[in-house]
Amino acid sequence: MKGTPLIFERSVPGKEGFRLYAPDVPGVNLSETIGGGLLRQNLDLPEVSEVDVVRHYTKLSKMNFGVDDGFYPLGSCTMKYNPKINEEITAYPAFTELHPYAPEELAQGTLRFMYEMQRFLCEITGMDYFTLQPAAGAHGELTGILIIKKFLEAAGQKRSRIIVPDSSHGTNPATAKESGFEIVKVKSGMNGLVDLEELKKNVDENVAALMLTNPNTLGLFEKDIPEISHILHEKGALLYYDGANLNAIMGIARPGDMGFDVVHVNLHKTFSTPHGGGGPGAGPVGVKAFLRDFLPKPIVEKEGDTYFLDYNMPRSIGRVKAFYGNIGVVLKAYAYIRSLGARGLREVSEMAVLNANYLKKKIQDLFEVPVDTICKHEFVVSAGNWKKKNGVRALDIAKRLLDYGFHPPTIYFPLIVEEALMMEPTETEGKEALDAFADSLMRICDEAQENPDLMQNTPHHMPVKRVDEVKAAREMKLKAGQL
Amino acid sequence: MRYIPHAPFQVEEMMKTLGISGIDDLFADIPEEVRLKGDLNLPPPLNEIELKREILSMAGDNKASTYINFMGAGAYDHYVPAVVKALVGRSEFYTSYTPYQPERSQGTLAAIFEYQTMMANLTGLDVVNASVYDGASSLSEAVLMACDIKRKDKVVISGAVHPEYVETARTYGFGYNKDIAVVPYTESLETNWDKMASMAGGDTAALVVSMPNFFGVLEDVKRAEKIAKEKDAMLIVAVNPISLGLVVPPGEYGADIAVGEGQPLGNALNFGGPYLGFMAARSEYVRRMPGRIVGETVDADGKRAFVLTLQAREQHIRREKATSNICSNEALNALAATIYMAYLGRRGLKDVAYHSHSKARYFIDEVNKSGQARIVNDRVFNEVVVEVENLEEKYQEALYRKILPGIKLSRFFPEQKNRLLVAFTEKRSRQEIDSLLKVLGVK
Repeated sequence: MKGTPLIFERSVPGKEGFRLYAPDVPGVNLSETIGGGLLRQNLDLPEVSEVDVVRHYTKLSKMNFGVDDGFYPLGSCTMKYNPKINEEITAYPAFTELHPYAPEELAQGTLRFMYEMQRFLCEITGMDYFTLQPAAGAHGELTGILIIKKFLEAAGQKRSRIIVPDSSHGTNPATAKESGFEIVKVKSGMNGLVDLEELKKNVDENVAALMLTNPNTLGLFEKDIPEISHILHEKGALLYYDGANLNAIMGIARPGDMGFDVVHVNLHKTFSTPHGGGGPGAGPVGVKAFLRDFLPKPIVEKEGDTYFLDYNMPRSIGRVKAFYGNIGVVLKAYAYIRSLGARGLREVSEMAVLNANYLKKKIQDLFEVPVDTICKHEFVVSAGNWKKKNGVRALDIAKRLLDYGFHPPTIYFPLIVEEALMMEPTETEGKEALDAFADSLMRICDEAQENPDLMQNTPHHMPVKRVDEVKAAREMKLKAGQL
Repeated sequence: MRYIPHAPFQVEEMMKTLGISGIDDLFADIPEEVRLKGDLNLPPPLNEIELKREILSMAGDNKASTYINFMGAGAYDHYVPAVVKALVGRSEFYTSYTPYQPERSQGTLAAIFEYQTMMANLTGLDVVNASVYDGASSLSEAVLMACDIKRKDKVVISGAVHPEYVETARTYGFGYNKDIAVVPYTESLETNWDKMASMAGGDTAALVVSMPNFFGVLEDVKRAEKIAKEKDAMLIVAVNPISLGLVVPPGEYGADIAVGEGQPLGNALNFGGPYLGFMAARSEYVRRMPGRIVGETVDADGKRAFVLTLQAREQHIRREKATSNICSNEALNALAATIYMAYLGRRGLKDVAYHSHSKARYFIDEVNKSGQARIVNDRVFNEVVVEVENLEEKYQEALYRKILPGIKLSRFFPEQKNRLLVAFTEKRSRQEIDSLLKVLGVK
């Protein structure tokens, strides 16, 4: 039976889409210029016409769901609306056709917004210096932890451990390991926050840093952050801020003022650049002044009215990628900040938090709520009550939400909550959308009550029915056969 | 306020539902001592008209974007067809997230599966991930992957690999405590194979070479294959994907992992990003690969469907035991590459490669005919090093004539004076090449 189509099925020998015709320079004898031994014999790519390509990918796009299609409350991912003006300006050839090694005096426009973006991010996070080089949040984490490692090395300190809370994003421990550290996991307290006694027990002269997101993955503000900062710094350890949840506190509180030494921000979350089906993102990293020398090179500096790339950083960790970062993404985020200004950014966070609390209030009676207190931009409920009652799981509820026209929340994260449903409405949803989502969840819970079997076969109205993940992993068919 | 859809009375209603009298009540848990006093110091907000005006004024300062471009070195001015831009611009693609819910993400998943298939065919290898950040980070992840597979801590990398890739590998190596040994290049700008053979030993997990190399030269990859076999090391090759329209793929000369910068496949220059790193490997290494991978399966009705698979390698499942910390990748850029490869097809990709190569050959032949400059090594694909007297003067003359004549090699290698790395794509016309030749004093 047919299912999702592939471009290869439209391939017919002899069809062509793009054509160049003969070059305007003399022809070349490839067996002389490339050489027989290096000349490629065959190349297996599809043969399709332009209209085939357009229809195929248009069809595929309709099997997708984006923020433009509807509510996307994926916790931890900040799926907010992506303003159209930012797409338009980023497509100007003045930006898209600029080569990364173009002479700096002929690339002043791009260098200017990069420089200003470094300053804006410093202001928003309360840090002193920023690099725009990391291409994503996890890439920013790697950059930040390597900066800490390099700083410790320069200071002649051997510290081998990094602490992460048990509620942290998976990228935190993975980053610490990729940077050559051992990971120490600390348990959260009953209130969902870092347990200070647990933390104290684990902080000693062997600890390089604590990686923390604030608000944390339960959507709760770590109110003891001044004390946490003190516990770490007293022992000479540093504090790393995972900026995934910055959307909750812009213009209200700043990581730099909370005592964080290194932060990364996700431009594709907080600053509205689209997620692109998984990327590109951008994960700029900010540091306090004492860590400036260790940033990846180059960073953008300004002298008089001229912007330039400063490579003179002998203590730098080096590079984490070629060139300077995902600059096309940076421009969209820059435009977003310029559009909103200080008050606008603050209102973003206020409305994101209002929306989360409102939605939580509307649905909390349907589920178990692990910590019942005001939340920030997201919150977590547990479908453990349904699992116990009649075997309906968070997964089933998520799949059923698809039938109701919504993207489901994040499920089974954070790991400390059983059957977790993690919801982040963001500020760009109105009351109508939140009410409709809450109503649908109520109806789904009625269905779970009356007809649990129906729930296990959800979704029913999607381009495909429930997908067999086990078969995919077992058979490992990772590419199409011969075209 | 922009992008916030609430009417003021709805905000009031929502606060009433919550039983609060003001928004500030929702932030009562933030201690006073860490609260921001006053507003952030940012420029005042702009409306859409003002924003456009401001951005256009910056655009006007990017004069290089309008110049005739002979710059390459890892980022190439190939043509991006209108079809690619139109389809990538569909918001169902660009406003979606990582396809965690396969039933509602078949579009992205099928496209990634196509990407994996086409990149596997292009590189001559078996398995491909859904992309990493760029060519340099892809090479660095491959280095870590090889060390993990071989359980060894040293990698020998050719000095003719892009210097920023080498630097990136060193940074990743610093993190994971790996030894990155760099082999010098020869006077003819090729890898010094004898040195590579002597620097690699029983402690070496992998050899890393680039094809063509940073100087545009097609390396003697058979030699790399032989040394890797002798030393029982893996072979990692960084390739320019467009070159694979004409040049034999890494899978045919013993590469275990092929990596590279996917930008030339339908992605704009964008001052260095966003691009996409690709990674292909032999099938036995699939469980050690970083990044997302899509597999074919069926749905409950037995119909074909696609899904993220082998997720037990990834950070959100395995945390510190993951193969890499990567989460977001460069999916939209990979989608552009997919549509580009589908649209060009087997003939179109060969065409683009052939055009780029012929333009480079035209330049080389004209330089050789004139005797006014020297081609250092002419065994190239689309990029070549030319040595000219008084380069600085000629470089400035070129800029005056709105030509970016290439990249001064002294930017990366101070000893390489008076040498210019010049790149050619199908976009460069004979007339434009003639103008360059004239500025360089060749024609």
